[in-house]
Amino acid sequence: MESGHSEGEGGTALPTATKILIAGGFGVGKTTLVGSVSETAPLRTEEILSEKGIGVDDLAGVESKSTTTVAMDFGRISFGEDLVLYLFGTPGQDRFWFVWDELAHGALGAVVLADTRRLADCFPSVDYFERHHLPFIVAVNCFDEARRYSLDEVKLALSIDPDVPVMLCDARQRESSKDVLITLIEHVRKSRSRAGDPQPAGS
Amino acid sequence: MAMPDSEPLWVDDAAGPVVRPYAMTRGRAAAQNRFNVISQVVAAQPAPALEVGIGPEHIAIVNLCQRPLALAEVAAHLGLPLGTIRVLLDDLLARRLVKVIEPKPHTTLPDDSVFEALINGIRAL
Repeated sequence: MESGHSEGEGGTALPTATKILIAGGFGVGKTTLVGSVSETAPLRTEEILSEKGIGVDDLAGVESKSTTTVAMDFGRISFGEDLVLYLFGTPGQDRFWFVWDELAHGALGAVVLADTRRLADCFPSVDYFERHHLPFIVAVNCFDEARRYSLDEVKLALSIDPDVPVMLCDARQRESSKDVLITLIEHVRKSRSRAGDPQPAGS
Repeated sequence: MAMPDSEPLWVDDAAGPVVRPYAMTRGRAAAQNRFNVISQVVAAQPAPALEVGIGPEHIAIVNLCQRPLALAEVAAHLGLPLGTIRVLLDDLLARRLVKVIEPKPHTTLPDDSVFEALINGIRAL
């Protein structure tokens, strides 16, 4: 819907707002990454879904519930007065595609965080971004006790396009998380110039 | 076995909102708008007084948005679901109390400047 709001003529100058998604399986470090680069502790917002918004197979055991609350953690990075980047962690429950569509709409791109001990947990995210033509990179979060796989092995296991960057990271470290975001933005810029006129996400 | 602590205590935030979200929206579950979660909300006027159709939550949004904030930030700061904020924004827009600016689709940006600014900005953090 486009009705009922005006462009910022005169008055307050509004910043250009941009958004990056941080996806991956439960407990892989999405909120940690958001928190390590954002200017404040991650914020939490909720969407209340009615039954019809949720995959029909997943209501076993919650028959008495008519609504479900989906929580999203996000952070903000301001660059001066006129540019803001928001980082949104996608809800861990991969069945809430309705919420993913809403988050992906207008996003620059996505970071898929992976844990090599549970690599399959990030498959739904990879599938989603491939299907929606949203540029993404894969960042392997290095957990201390995890066996190290080579990045080529990870790439092979995920069977992703060879152009998709795959990198190691430590989501707790600000410098590492900064590298992840920069790698993604450079990848988005490259994909954009290659594709000419990419499909907008979420359409 | 001691039992007294087994009953959960529903106090403060754990008890949930005292006023249910649909009460604030006078029963409306769906907003007219589908604003993006990063749409910028900014007050167009100082906060109005309470009146018919303008509740405390409307006033809280106008007060909060004296500087621009994303829809998701408004929701997080007020502790209300996104859907509730969207409905309240419908009311505020009808009274021209706020402006809401949707993000530009980045695919239509004429040049690289936003990408440049983001990369340089993140490096400098």
